[in-house]
Amino acid sequence: MIYLDNAATSNPKPKEVGQAMLYFLEKVGANPGRSGHRLSIEAGRILYQTRERVAKLFKFDDPLRIIFTLNVTEAINLALKGLLRPGDQVITSSMEHNSVMRPLRELGKRGVEVKVVPCSPQGVLDPVDIERVIKKNTKLIVLNHGSNVIGSLLPITVVGEIARKHDILFLVDTAQTAGCYPLDIRKDNIDLLAFTGHKALYGPPGTGGLVIGERVDTQKLTPLKEGGTGSHSEFEEQPEFLPDLYESGTPNTVGLSGLNAGISFLLKEGISKIYQYELSLSQKLFEGLKEIPGVTVYGENQVKDRVAVISFNIKDQLPSEVGLRLDEEYDIMCRVGLHCSPATHKTIGTFPTGTVRFSMSWFNTFEEVDQAIMAIRNIAKGV
Amino acid sequence: MKDNYSVVIFYSTSAAIRAESLARKDKLIVKLIPVPRNLSSDCGICLRFNNEDKQKIKEILKENKIEYENIYKI
Repeated sequence: MIYLDNAATSNPKPKEVGQAMLYFLEKVGANPGRSGHRLSIEAGRILYQTRERVAKLFKFDDPLRIIFTLNVTEAINLALKGLLRPGDQVITSSMEHNSVMRPLRELGKRGVEVKVVPCSPQGVLDPVDIERVIKKNTKLIVLNHGSNVIGSLLPITVVGEIARKHDILFLVDTAQTAGCYPLDIRKDNIDLLAFTGHKALYGPPGTGGLVIGERVDTQKLTPLKEGGTGSHSEFEEQPEFLPDLYESGTPNTVGLSGLNAGISFLLKEGISKIYQYELSLSQKLFEGLKEIPGVTVYGENQVKDRVAVISFNIKDQLPSEVGLRLDEEYDIMCRVGLHCSPATHKTIGTFPTGTVRFSMSWFNTFEEVDQAIMAIRNIAKGV
Repeated sequence: MKDNYSVVIFYSTSAAIRAESLARKDKLIVKLIPVPRNLSSDCGICLRFNNEDKQKIKEILKENKIEYENIYKI
């Protein structure tokens, strides 16, 4: 079996991830922050250690400004709905996933002005186009870092600089880059960094979070939900300190134990090494697919710096049919269609049919890439 | 010799655990314990330390901007 659907969720996970989750269930199994006994404190320590690891990963210095959420979608919703008010303008790109687009469209109905800046059919965003549409009421710029359709990168560092110059906040969706691309929250000028745990961080589903940078005034970022935090129990109002302000209810300690192990694995291997390896896998795949007659690979000029997500189509064949043949005849798992990102497919010209997408991880090999290219060669030939 | 302890009372468990982690990095002997009933009505934990380390503990809290309610001798 060849698994090329890592942009949806990574598979396999390092074995330490499952072990850490089992350890939590069997040996700790208490609720952090609720009770004063030793198991509860141990649960709290694991949770805190996970925050420390996330902080280290993004080169951030305050672990308590890391808010855990169910996934990156919830983190993005917290940032967008917590910050934006009717009358505010928010700027985004035409390459966004629905995790950004849908909350923005909803906010649009509630009176927030949503400005979508177009990218080229190659997925390139010119930062000048962002700066041009900034107005007095612009509150936030939100961009994905790596495209979940074609693996291209948006120029976040430059856009972040523009945001700072105009005193606007900058939210980055790192769903496809956290863990497989070196990120530095300060150097990349990010104010709010939304991440998912179950992709390149190798944690389990149900984990993710939002890193809240120092430029964000938390009094102006309202929580998505209120509830029990184990702190300030004598009050019926939500506490104002972090992370409790944004983390109500019992956290996903089992999942976060796994995430802790996943990030620990990454930090040991080294993000730059992982990035380089995945880049060489994608370059090989990209070049191999491009040579096949009748195959169109999207995002042509994104070969030098990218994440390991590649979209293509075979002439006169539906993505869904190609996907089915890959699964049934070649034992290759991939994702076809629109990838929850209609905006991107409109931008690259593949809407509404979509594409076939191959996405790789640290655990894929060059041999698997060869086999995938061979499979597509056969399918394209009509074999 | 009888140990002389104090405790730092925090607003949140996360802050208490953070302080514990930082104090241990500085090789201080600390322990997280339930907040004594006479000090707080809340159900949280606090950080116990040896009185002689009071200055060092206060520095750690200040340097890392960890907010706390108070420090008590117990």
